[in-house]
Amino acid sequence: MSTTIAKPMPRHAGALLEVNDLKKHFPIKAGFFGGTTGHVYAVDGVSFHIEKGETLSLVGESGCGKSTVGKALLRLFPPTAGQVVLDGQRIDDLSQGKLRPIRRRVGVVFQDPFSSLNPRMRVKDLLAEPIRNYGLAKDSADLDERVAKLMDTVRLPRDAVNRWPHEFSGGQRQRICIARALAGEPDLIICDEAVSALDVSVKAQIVNLLQDLQKELGLALLFISHDLAIVEHMTHRVAVMYLGKIVEIAPRRELFSAPKHPYTEALLSAVPVPEPGAARKRIVLKGDVPSPINPPKGCRFHTRCPYAFDRCRTDEPQLQQTEPGQWAACHLHDLPAVKNPLARSAPKLAS
Amino acid sequence: MALLEVENLQTHFRTPDGGVNRAVDGLSFNVEAGQTVAIVGESGCGKSVTSMSILRLIPEPPGQIAGQIRFNGKNLLDLSDREMRAIRGNEISMIFQEPMTSLNPVLSIGKQIGEALRLHQGLSRSQAEAKAVEMLTLVGIPAPDKRVKEYPHQLSGGMRQRVMIAIALACNPKLLIADEPTTALDVTIQAQILDLMRDLKHRVGAAIVLITHDLGVVAEVAERVIVMYAGRKVEEARVEDLFRAPKHPYTQGLLGAVPKLGSSLDGTSERLAEIPGLVPSLKQKLQGCVFASRCPQVTELCRTAAPALEEKAPAHIAACHYAVKEAVPA
Repeated sequence: MSTTIAKPMPRHAGALLEVNDLKKHFPIKAGFFGGTTGHVYAVDGVSFHIEKGETLSLVGESGCGKSTVGKALLRLFPPTAGQVVLDGQRIDDLSQGKLRPIRRRVGVVFQDPFSSLNPRMRVKDLLAEPIRNYGLAKDSADLDERVAKLMDTVRLPRDAVNRWPHEFSGGQRQRICIARALAGEPDLIICDEAVSALDVSVKAQIVNLLQDLQKELGLALLFISHDLAIVEHMTHRVAVMYLGKIVEIAPRRELFSAPKHPYTEALLSAVPVPEPGAARKRIVLKGDVPSPINPPKGCRFHTRCPYAFDRCRTDEPQLQQTEPGQWAACHLHDLPAVKNPLARSAPKLAS
Repeated sequence: MALLEVENLQTHFRTPDGGVNRAVDGLSFNVEAGQTVAIVGESGCGKSVTSMSILRLIPEPPGQIAGQIRFNGKNLLDLSDREMRAIRGNEISMIFQEPMTSLNPVLSIGKQIGEALRLHQGLSRSQAEAKAVEMLTLVGIPAPDKRVKEYPHQLSGGMRQRVMIAIALACNPKLLIADEPTTALDVTIQAQILDLMRDLKHRVGAAIVLITHDLGVVAEVAERVIVMYAGRKVEEARVEDLFRAPKHPYTQGLLGAVPKLGSSLDGTSERLAEIPGLVPSLKQKLQGCVFASRCPQVTELCRTAAPALEEKAPAHIAACHYAVKEAVPA
């Protein structure tokens, strides 16, 4: 058996956010004494970085751990292991008190705009709360001015600040959620399925708004989504997760035109395209995602992989660089190119 | 005669404040035997209410259904509850969006598939179980003779949706209504279920009314498409025509608002087309065109006179004053 040791991903010292080998295992308690009988390996060693002003998308199916990554970064629960470095400072081991000023720099927008706004607070209080919390306003006039500016930023009328959340539609509420995320003047916004619950026409409005804000404010986005078409539309780079691991991470064009991991390839081929009669080769994966309580040995994808061979069942593949900037965790790339069905590279951009 | 003829369907709901919500307001369409018709639109356009109305699953009151729904020539709205029960799950059956909540958690899946068979076809318990195993094989569930004794919580989301399809198809229905059948599923599982539906359509020959908001799913499965907006049909066409040359500004807006896979390759990933504004409230009777408040090409005529559904190209109808007649080949 060949034992090529893949070179590890390089460190990215200048990046805005750097995540190294992040793990989050949830204990399973059972029995009368509540003893731990096992773990859910929700996130099991994930590394990536985000540059300033860049969008990185985390994609994958339900239960792959993409939302857990977002929540661990926000320290909504403590990570089990690994490092999170924001702008050169480690934040994964800070105490809650020390973390507070850092929280300002990372905003978050959740999926459901109906449950993420307190129905008993007016819009102006919803927006003023984070500004007060972080002590950003000098006086109450400044506070009002900041709230009004936030409304302008998300293209809502200023006079809507006295209204209640229930008076707004889903898309407008999501704008309020974005305004709240922007209140602390963050460098990074984590969008956890932020447009998934919205209707098609409203979704387009919010996607355009996020792209505009990114340009205006130089924001970095961590865009967690399962909608690959939206991801392709708005991202710079993509990380594909499967069962708690990143299986491929690559710039947008490379990933969508020449995926280097069989799971990415299958995922892309499964997306229905709004084009009747489009001739496409569809790879329909057999079976379901295995349980993250007891992930398969070797490559976690080998139980559903159409190309799996012996080595996949025993050796776990590491991320290796296949093209500049494109990393994939697959043993196929150790084979000679003629035997590798994923060897082709992205077509050159016709200019 | 078409298998299903819906004529001027109006499903209204009385609201607690004394108003009326016109969820479906004068909808007409036909479904031929063996055909797949998709109804698309955004939340609140009335597509699910339409499907519930066909099966008379709308509680009355507060709901009120008017118009005609003719199935095999019989108006379903004239039938007694008893006669209606003989049709539900037998000649017309339905697949719901949420496979998690639509199955009974305390009955084995064999019992749930067998229920309709015993009720409608008078099978004995053992015959029903044998048929249930057959149905599970049909929908591609491995080890069906073991699975038939299991309960819904033992199955994954995709498996549960397969069970839902098995239940719906158990009595060989002539019409299958699928209300967002793949919306709650992951893409790889969605691909499996869409493949299954296409395959079963050829084998079973049932007509399908597919309710969805996903234009990708429509393009893959449907033969004819009805676009609904604010309780009305705004456009209807064969699937190729609709995607190639949409006539109604709303349909054009919808198609422009969806990013396509591969957009990064041809360098077309520009801004998405937005449809400004919001769906109008269904509580007032709308004057003029339903889309007037959001339409980029709106004129005074649109605000005052409701456009009629006209044939703008062969087998392609749209309700717009300014839609060009006759298709322009792309």
